[in-house]
Amino acid sequence: MKTKSIIRKVLLSTAGLVIVVFAGIEFYQHRHYKETVVIGDWVEVKKLGDYFEGIQGSVNDCNVFIIEGDEPGATSLILGGSHPEEPAGRLAAWLMVENARIQTGKLIVVLSANRSGTTVTRPSGAYPTKYTIPTSWGGQTFRMGDRWSNPLDQWPDPEVYIHCPSGQNLAYVDIRNLNRTWPGRANGTLTEKTCYAYMQLIEKEKVDLVIDMHEAELQYPVINTIVAHENGQELATLVSMMLTDFEGFSIGTEFSPKNLHGLSHREIGDHSDAVSLLFEAPEPFLDATRGITGEKQLLEGKDEFVIKAGEHGLLFAPMDENGWPIDVRVGRHTSTILQTFESWNEYYPEKLIVCFDVPRYAEVIKNGIGFYLKNHEEADNKTIVFE
Amino acid sequence: MDILNTIISAIYYLFIAFISVLIIYNLIKTKDWKKEVIYIVILMPFLLRLFFLK
Ligand SMILES: [Zn+2]
Repeated sequence: MKTKSIIRKVLLSTAGLVIVVFAGIEFYQHRHYKETVVIGDWVEVKKLGDYFEGIQGSVNDCNVFIIEGDEPGATSLILGGSHPEEPAGRLAAWLMVENARIQTGKLIVVLSANRSGTTVTRPSGAYPTKYTIPTSWGGQTFRMGDRWSNPLDQWPDPEVYIHCPSGQNLAYVDIRNLNRTWPGRANGTLTEKTCYAYMQLIEKEKVDLVIDMHEAELQYPVINTIVAHENGQELATLVSMMLTDFEGFSIGTEFSPKNLHGLSHREIGDHSDAVSLLFEAPEPFLDATRGITGEKQLLEGKDEFVIKAGEHGLLFAPMDENGWPIDVRVGRHTSTILQTFESWNEYYPEKLIVCFDVPRYAEVIKNGIGFYLKNHEEADNKTIVFE
Repeated sequence: MDILNTIISAIYYLFIAFISVLIIYNLIKTKDWKKEVIYIVILMPFLLRLFFLK
């Protein structure tokens, strides 16, 4: 081999190695970044592994925040982060944990339902690994995530994913999709075991109402809606009417298809006593025809190419130059949760859930999410939880 | 099921290591600089996975 050729190979390999090292550092930091949650002394913190040993010590052994009222009533489980590439679901849950007080009943909140999915972004997607919500103390940074569990935690995928227990054939990649693996399996994959752990939690905590928070691309027909299991259809319809009448934003209802398996709104209702609802907010960041996939687009929800898609009638939600800012998307979720509790109380007056101090849609838009996040630098160490 | 998953994962990582060695072998052998660039680009995701980074 000629010396010239050797020098060229060494130089090219070094350039490649530099790229791998820099990318590797970014990926490592993303996977190990610690988000902070500041809680009041009325909040109890458990682990998902407390409900199912099989998940203990794993990446998905996430925090479970429990806020119990003085008076007994209904128990509600709020899931944020089922799909960690849908940040409004996680942020709305964050506002609940850091602000909610419960007078009657019990509130259980999860911020990272599929924690593994919060440690990675879509391979080749050029997603930002983090995003920062502006606050009075500078800003709070969160991990951006993916729709699926991190391939480092669960791999390889099968040729076809056969859902348990229905036997339905689903896309291979959805074996890592937390919203396709309900009700889960005790001896299954990490994602299946995670769902199984939540089913154990639902049973052991006697959960009455489960709310799973999501976001969707505007080119997807299931958007700006509440998807309800048949056990929650009347409740969802009332919530939708109340929100449209009194809060100035419209939200529809969809009924959970009986033959589409693995989804929370189907399987939790079928396999437990809990009423099961799923909320969808609009996230232009996920649209296939989006422009630059950066933090700015993620938070502002503005995109001229998605507007263009709208002009061609390709969208299922309105889109203009105002976009869908993160405050609007989070506000939709908090108001929909609070209205669900209020409507629940009309249906089940013997089993109330009374929650206060959580900002509604108009307040979140007026003050911004950051106004309701708590500064960990000023907080007592005992009140800080790492997510 | 758990044990089976672990075994399959282990085989998968051995496979990645094996392919990485093959790519590096080809990189050393080739005389065409364009192929050298391609081998290096192909190698990157293999190394990132092998070192448990992405
Ligand atoms: Zn989703």
